[in-house]
Amino acid sequence: MKLKGRAHCFGGDVNTDYIISGKYKFKTLDMKELASHVMEDLDPDFAKKVQPGDFVVAGRNFGCGSSREQAPLALLNAGVGAVLAASFARIFYRNAINTGLPVVECDTAGISAGDELLADMEGGVLRNLTRGTETPIKPLPPFMLKVLGDGGLAAHFRKYGTFNID
Amino acid sequence: MGKTIAEKILSRKSGQDARANDLVVADLDFRMGQDGTSPLAIRAFEEMRGKRVFDPQRAALVIDHSAPSPLEGVSALHHLMRSFAKEQGMIMYDIGDGVCHQLVPEKGHVGPGSLVIGADSHTCTYGALNAFATGVGSTDLAAALISGKMWFKVPESLRFVCRGRLPAGVYSKDLILFLIGQVTADGATYMAAEYTGEAIGALSVDARFTIANMAIEMGAKAGLMEADDKVLAWVREHRAPSGRGNFEVVSPDPEAAYARVLEYDVSGLEPQVAKPHRVDNVASIGEVAGTAIQQAVLGTCTNGRLEDLRIAAGILKGRRVHPEVRFIVAPASRRIYLEAMDEGIIQDLVRSGAAVVTPGCGPCVGTHNGVPADGENVISTANRNFKGRMGNSKAFIYLASPATVAASALAGAIADPREYLK
Repeated sequence: MKLKGRAHCFGGDVNTDYIISGKYKFKTLDMKELASHVMEDLDPDFAKKVQPGDFVVAGRNFGCGSSREQAPLALLNAGVGAVLAASFARIFYRNAINTGLPVVECDTAGISAGDELLADMEGGVLRNLTRGTETPIKPLPPFMLKVLGDGGLAAHFRKYGTFNID
Repeated sequence: MGKTIAEKILSRKSGQDARANDLVVADLDFRMGQDGTSPLAIRAFEEMRGKRVFDPQRAALVIDHSAPSPLEGVSALHHLMRSFAKEQGMIMYDIGDGVCHQLVPEKGHVGPGSLVIGADSHTCTYGALNAFATGVGSTDLAAALISGKMWFKVPESLRFVCRGRLPAGVYSKDLILFLIGQVTADGATYMAAEYTGEAIGALSVDARFTIANMAIEMGAKAGLMEADDKVLAWVREHRAPSGRGNFEVVSPDPEAAYARVLEYDVSGLEPQVAKPHRVDNVASIGEVAGTAIQQAVLGTCTNGRLEDLRIAAGILKGRRVHPEVRFIVAPASRRIYLEAMDEGIIQDLVRSGAAVVTPGCGPCVGTHNGVPADGENVISTANRNFKGRMGNSKAFIYLASPATVAASALAGAIADPREYLK
């Protein structure tokens, strides 16, 4: 899996309330509606600025807080192609894979807003095309890569009827 | 080589010799979803072409986050949950029954050695009963409803040894806020926390739930404690009517391998407060005392239990809440609400000026029951103070113990509860 996108930069500890506020997520299953509010407490214009395939780039502990799967779904429905962070909170990490949102764990310190990035998931490297630099990607466990390749856990279950962990 | 509590429970439930960093598929004892996560789980269940919920009497849906419904859209999602639970023969806890993390232990669905997942991040609460319990998202819940199983990466463990006894006026909430401040919001990411030591053993089970509940605020997958006589007595008092629950006490081996062992003497701890907008932004009471507040909240899955209400009522009885403070109380369950009435606690709180709302998550999650105004300060017994958490990103949330919240409600400003206990 190779993904190319343009960086939108955020800081550390971006929690799921910031990704999509609880005041919106309890009242609808319409993910396009939720996507129009994605990241609004951190950047009110983000939903308008983001282009299909763009990357969210952040520091440590991205997605900490609640277990709401509306967080990765709102990012996906806003057009976000991948989230790159120095580390992820574990429930968000699982939810992202389960819903088919690629997550890339790597050193994000040298990335600036607008940089063109190429993530090679199998090759384990992130190329910053704007700056001509390369950073290693922490590899996904093979099972998670398989789920992501299937398009998420629902598709994985349709295919295998269970967790195909081997 | 010895094993941690997490390794032992995941070994037993997976039938494998599970060690940290292994990937296992394990049998679940209970599965839970609430009204913020279940509707998406039902949709995922359908996308997975699920037909029947596996062992539906070992799975519950709980309406607690927006209960009763404040909006038409929420009502439609609640209706979806009720229909699904009825069709599948699942356990359904509806409005007024309580907060999911009180109900799952209180109704006897979890006990020592259990393996539980819940589609809510504070599922780690049940670790106080010596259960491996962890939060997942909606799609994981759907897979668990269909299969009765879940995959886990066996976590490394971080052991907290708490020596000494907490002084008067200092509670389990102060202890867990202190520990989170020490290790920070991602200090235990991907790991299981184990809490032990004299200070933990001296606490009631109610008080221990507060500590296990907030394990996720340091990034932990589970917040585990050993089962002593207090836990066994608690589990006997809260047995499921169906007699379900094949519990088995799990203790860590003395030679178990830990990622880190952290030791603290807590006998000199002061009341702690988490300042906006981070749970690990923790200060001792002296640093924040005097900060004016406009709203005080007592309740939630962290601190809405009988002992919490009793501590607050002990401070508030015969006094009046400050005229410029709105004081909101949400008992964690119907049972607790009734027990608190039997003891006269609810009467004392209402007379002091409290607005008592339906047992549930209410104000903590910003859905209804107390959304603050722009620029207002709130002191709450909840577990999160993120910007916007209570429904307004221009408000400021401080987290503290029930005693500190009660004292602050009286003073109209953040106050040291020890001054009211003299």
